Amino acid sequence: MLIFNCPHCGVAAEETELSGGGEAHLKRFGPGCSDADFEGYLFTRENPKGVHFERWRHAFGCGKWFIAARDTVTLEVFGTYPAQTSEPPREIFDRISEKRPGWSWCNLSGEA
Amino acid sequence: MKRYSAFAIVREALMNDHKGWERAWRNAQPKKRYDVVIVGAGGHGLATAYYLGKNFGITNVAVIEKGWLGGGNTGRNTTIIRSNYLQDASAAIYEKARSLYETMSQDLNYNVMFSPRGVMMLAQTEHEVRGYQRTAHANALQGVQTEFISPRRVKDIVPIINLDGPRYPVLGALWQERGGTARHDAVAWGYARACSAMGMDIIQQCEVTGVTRDGARVSGVDTSKGHIACEKLGIVVAGHSGELARMAGFRLPVESAPLQALVSEPIKPVMDCVVMANTVHGYMSQSDKGEMVIGGGTDSYNAFTQRGSFHHIEHTVAALIETFPMVSRLKMLRQWGGIVDMTGDRSPILSRTPVDGIFINCGWGTGGFKAIPGSGWGFAELMATGKSALCAEFGMDRFAKGRFIDESVAAGVAH
Ligand SMILES: Cc1cc2nc3c(=O)[nH]c(=O)nc-3n(C[C@H](O)[C@H](O)[C@H](O)COP(=O)(O)OP(=O)(O)OC[C@H]3O[C@@H](n4cnc5c(N)ncnc54)[C@H](O)[C@@H]3O)c2cc1C
Ligand SMILES: [Zn+2]
Repeated sequence: MLIFNCPHCGVAAEETELSGGGEAHLKRFGPGCSDADFEGYLFTRENPKGVHFERWRHAFGCGKWFIAARDTVTLEVFGTYPAQTSEPPREIFDRISEKRPGWSWCNLSGEA
Repeated sequence: MKRYSAFAIVREALMNDHKGWERAWRNAQPKKRYDVVIVGAGGHGLATAYYLGKNFGITNVAVIEKGWLGGGNTGRNTTIIRSNYLQDASAAIYEKARSLYETMSQDLNYNVMFSPRGVMMLAQTEHEVRGYQRTAHANALQGVQTEFISPRRVKDIVPIINLDGPRYPVLGALWQERGGTARHDAVAWGYARACSAMGMDIIQQCEVTGVTRDGARVSGVDTSKGHIACEKLGIVVAGHSGELARMAGFRLPVESAPLQALVSEPIKPVMDCVVMANTVHGYMSQSDKGEMVIGGGTDSYNAFTQRGSFHHIEHTVAALIETFPMVSRLKMLRQWGGIVDMTGDRSPILSRTPVDGIFINCGWGTGGFKAIPGSGWGFAELMATGKSALCAEFGMDRFAKGRFIDESVAAGVAH
């Protein structure tokens, strides 16, 4: 079972008290955008075998959204941070780079 | 290839002490180039190769597999075969597949143990009653034989069922008498044997690590056994579709998640059809060995672990116990998972791609075993001729156009 530390209330939350919200850091597109951008926002996903950033809601806890960095093969959790951020915090970046040298995800990469 | 037959068994027993059987398929090593390379020796990849040879005479084909053939979802699924979908495009390809299953053993000269034992989808809420009645009407128009049956008939067909709930009483069911199950490994092995007999190479323990291009066109694949050149490339790798698409330079509307199944200890025959309960996320059939084969829902997050979360098993089994109280006394023997490729509308993608010469067949998610022959039939046609009526609606451009084949509401969760 996955366990995440909720960055809002500090609880070590088990998978069953959370609900998954899919890929994080999606760029939102709306009226007036191109079809390709809208399709990308709604449907196209990174779906990596490796480092993944994803949204979770502490549904049966404080009720707030957060983002987790996790490996989809080993299920190792690299860290969590509040959902109101456009990029992972530096320390999570560094932790991933240390453990998965050369990783990349969308426009983010360990080389940055 | 020596044909299998009752006579062959007698011959091998009396004349050869069973030492005369030949290997079912050659253990091939890659050539420098092929007309067509298929990545992924699951059911869909092998069936594609088979129909390329059989229907179009294209036999300079390699099927490349990183593990062993049939070791992906094809060898991990619960083998339910049905074609009672709501949308016309789905009904067409799944019904084509179901009808090909009826003659597959004869066609391949390999016993795939197709067992048209009937598939029953329980209606346990008023919504499901309306939904399945609608599906039965749609199926009538599509020429797919299904009917909506009463709780009494449900009980006649499945005596071990508890109709009364309490939480989810059985209000009726969608019944497809000609649906059923087949032996999953045999489907992969039968196609592999037939492909090998046509001179195709099935290359196992060979991982594709890159896709090479010559301008806008594909030129081959890099593998753990070196570069293999090809004219056309078919990507048929289920949960790994996103990885292969990245290698080829495009992105997909697909996410990968674990789906698990489990089997009980073997017991005497108690249920001779497949029962699915989509409201409570559980389904069950009994294997020829007597094990109850049980499946449930997917994990709610992306992963490649091929095992799945424990609480899903608990959820599935708890739900089934209400409908089948006898399950509570069964010991569960084995549990496993496969990585299913889920699209936004829960329908597959059989499509050209932004790269010339590359075709993709994926997105079968939790329910593609039943589709293997129909998918192979249509996808081979698409790869050989550039178009296929069976595949036409399943292009990957449908997401940009909003032309979904929405089975996520229509088919429920599991397959
Ligand atoms: C638990 C479970 C229960 C299911 N129950 C049912 C059911 O009852 N009925 C039903 O119809 N469907 C069911 N399904 C779905 C069904 O199993 C799949 O849709 C179907 O088997 C997919 O077949 P495939 O050939 O596309 O993929 P697979 O059989 O997964 O084959 C893909 C192959 O590609 C190979 N591959 C991947 N990456 C590479 C690479 N880089 N290089 C070379 N090879 C590679 C893999 O090793 C694999 O062998 C179930 C699935 C699961 C997991
Ligand atoms: Zn919290």
